Amino acid sequence: MVPLSAYVAVSAVLFITGLLGVLIRRNFIIVLMSVEIMLNAANINLVAFSYYLESMAGQLVALFVIAIAAGEAAIGLAIIIVVFRGKISTNVDEMNLLKW
Amino acid sequence: MVLVFFTYFALVSIAAGVLTVALKHPVHCGLALLTLLLHVSGLFILLNAEFLWAVQLIVYAGAILVLYLFVLMLLNLKTDDRYFHSTYLYFLPPAAIGSLYVLILLFRSPFAGAKGDAPTVAVLQDGDTYAVGLKMFSDYLLQFEIVGVFLLGAVIGAIVLAKTPKPITDKRAR
Repeated sequence: MVPLSAYVAVSAVLFITGLLGVLIRRNFIIVLMSVEIMLNAANINLVAFSYYLESMAGQLVALFVIAIAAGEAAIGLAIIIVVFRGKISTNVDEMNLLKW
Repeated sequence: MVLVFFTYFALVSIAAGVLTVALKHPVHCGLALLTLLLHVSGLFILLNAEFLWAVQLIVYAGAILVLYLFVLMLLNLKTDDRYFHSTYLYFLPPAAIGSLYVLILLFRSPFAGAKGDAPTVAVLQDGDTYAVGLKMFSDYLLQFEIVGVFLLGAVIGAIVLAKTPKPITDKRAR
């Protein structure tokens, strides 16, 4: 029997990996991929708690998270295409049009 | 047996996550992300969530990842020499210390709580998909509809954003 803490630990490690990826990578597409890693970590957490606390709600929220991730990927990649058309760069440091 | 599978899925998904962040070429990062998604879906199987396993495979590995790879190959990116931020070394030690602290806290926590209304035996009797469907279309119907509207908005937004804009100078020329 795998303890719940093991699942939560895996989820925490994956979340920190994704967070680090968002902070240190310079390519916008990789940053979006790191966000997907973080969403997956949250999903592991939700499903593990759903199993160990015997409630279906966690799996449903995980399902909604997957739907939100699909929308986020579509919008993010569309933004990347728009930016790439104008500036020929996907470097997050060079996208500072909205920076105050 | 479950422990062996859990160790395999957990270790490979963590390794794939680290590779996704650390690899240089964006397409390699995408393939590492694919490995991560597949092994996370294996974790879902261990947790009796077969429906989420199927959704993870179809939506994440099938649709989202193909979208990422499609955009990567459409843009045909050249790899930068410096693909990390110049200051990334400052992030690493705090991240390592913070994650160690979080892990120690997690392994000490008991995580006890009020049990819900879906024990494993009841879920296994009719299958996970049945249980998810029953819950979704009774208690979570409004959220389900909201997600539907959200996805419609996301599709329309993506099309509007990625459409080729009309050149502005045309009006002045006429």
